[in-house]
Amino acid sequence: MTTTRSRHRLAITGLLGPFIVLFTLAMVLPLVYAIYESVTGIQRSGAFGQGGSSPVFVGLDNYITALGASAFVASLGRVLLFAVVQVPVMIILATALALLLDAASAWGVRFFRSAYFLPYGVPGVIASILWGFLYTPGLSPLVNFGSALGLDLDFLGGGSILWSIANIVTWQYAGYNMLVIVAQLKSIDADLFEAASIDGANAWQVITRIKLPLIRPAIVLTTVFTIIGTIQLFAEPLVLKPLSSAITSSFTPNLSAYNEAFANNNYNLAAAESVLLALVACAFSFGFLKLVTRGGSPS
Amino acid sequence: MTTTERTHTGKKGKDQSPKQPSTVQKPRRIQRSPGWRILVTAALAVAAVYFLFPVYWLTIAATKSTSSLFGSSGLTLDHPQLLTNLVNVVTYNGGIFGRWTLNSVLYSGVGAVVATICSLAAGYCLAKFTFRGREVWFNIILAGVMIPGTALALPLFLLMSQVGLVNTYWSVLLPSLVSPFGVYLGRIYAQAAVPDSLLEASRLDGAGEFRIFFTLVLRLMMPAAVTIFLFQFIGIWNNFFLPLVMLSDQSLYPITLGLVQWQSVSDRHPELYQLAIGGAFLSVIPIMIAIVSLQRFWKAGLTEGSVKG
Repeated sequence: MTTTRSRHRLAITGLLGPFIVLFTLAMVLPLVYAIYESVTGIQRSGAFGQGGSSPVFVGLDNYITALGASAFVASLGRVLLFAVVQVPVMIILATALALLLDAASAWGVRFFRSAYFLPYGVPGVIASILWGFLYTPGLSPLVNFGSALGLDLDFLGGGSILWSIANIVTWQYAGYNMLVIVAQLKSIDADLFEAASIDGANAWQVITRIKLPLIRPAIVLTTVFTIIGTIQLFAEPLVLKPLSSAITSSFTPNLSAYNEAFANNNYNLAAAESVLLALVACAFSFGFLKLVTRGGSPS
Repeated sequence: MTTTERTHTGKKGKDQSPKQPSTVQKPRRIQRSPGWRILVTAALAVAAVYFLFPVYWLTIAATKSTSSLFGSSGLTLDHPQLLTNLVNVVTYNGGIFGRWTLNSVLYSGVGAVVATICSLAAGYCLAKFTFRGREVWFNIILAGVMIPGTALALPLFLLMSQVGLVNTYWSVLLPSLVSPFGVYLGRIYAQAAVPDSLLEASRLDGAGEFRIFFTLVLRLMMPAAVTIFLFQFIGIWNNFFLPLVMLSDQSLYPITLGLVQWQSVSDRHPELYQLAIGGAFLSVIPIMIAIVSLQRFWKAGLTEGSVKG
């Protein structure tokens, strides 16, 4: 029996071990290290710090500094405003497209599905370069078209840049989210539709009474991923920064942490900002999950 | 039997005997009027224009010279010179674009293969072996899905710089080998697709656990493997923050970082506008073709992930 048991243990170690080792190195360790960095500060000894520097425990000082900086707080507010608008727009668009495709009363469903999913293969930074060109006056056919109609389109100004970024994110991920929802729509038992039509349900009733309740898990999943994604906003504003004076070096929390670390060499403050961002992301995704499970289906 | 037959053909939505009530014939086709059909198609077409327009613009812009890029309409061709432009992209700065492409393929390819195998092994282990702390491990790994990747990039940079790995291939490759979402998919899939009886039979035949995994389980889990591989490949290919933080040597850059670098200096060097556009065109087209031709695999895996999740 001992041989079977040791064989069993060996198998578990061999199968689960490699992942756990990589997971610990690439996720657990950095997370612990970020928390450690965020509660330490650099103490310099000797005049002008010539005597070298050593890390000291400073408690929540870095967090207080981060939350005391109006630019960082403003950047948090900015991504939250962004998320409040972006997440519903994204999910409603993705759900609407999925339902329209599933209505099966259109021509060319396969073509449309591929067309919507295509932008998912475009890296965020390349999508931003692309849309950046489409926002640039003199290059963009959109701006030209607008001025031909007498509209003064300013995609890169202070009032519109956040929504221009929202457009890039929607363009890139709406098709992916749509595909997740379509996959779940396809798994609905066809007998339900049959029963509904025998009962005389119209198309709208089929959507609201059958389809929407049954694709709830897919909508919840895509919403959580969208929340986590939008709060991490980084690549899009970084790429658009040379084009728009409205984007500051602390436009989003991630951009702020990046500049704090690499422009100001303040890794401790950067770590505190990263941890705060992760906490906000977790709070919102878990908060959302809690909200939907509490008001969930009565089963 | 007649009932089942009727249901069967009814599902396909085909007309047969006109005597039957129409609701039974075509239960899936509830909206049937041609007006509705035109309306739905029109809505889908408008959305398609939105999603395809930037790709169309990129294709047109990739054919233009620097002067006609600014001097002509972005919607129509103007003295197309696609080949010249693409040759410029590929030969600029000693062929650095080719190097970036190879780097991207290396990071994404190696990262995705290793991540897929490790995730499947872990997922299979969590599904088919009972041991103490199994659920604890699974929940810790699940929590990993929720951690924003960009929050980890900075501490990773600091850790890597302490062991002297910053600005090497390893600094980008190592973090790319981990896919907690892959473990989640792998476990769900293994529960459904790997029968216990088969495992028992192989064990009785004297096969070792690792041989069982590599010869039998991996084959059974192939659909999940393809999905995890595709997700991880695209994820690494699109990743920007990690290489930006880790790499300073241009010859280690992936395409994303290289193109952003071209674009960021193009206000001072206008010829780089065309290079950034041509490079974007060259890098996007193959991925798009791959995405569309592999679509059925995306669907297969997504159903597993979302339906039971």
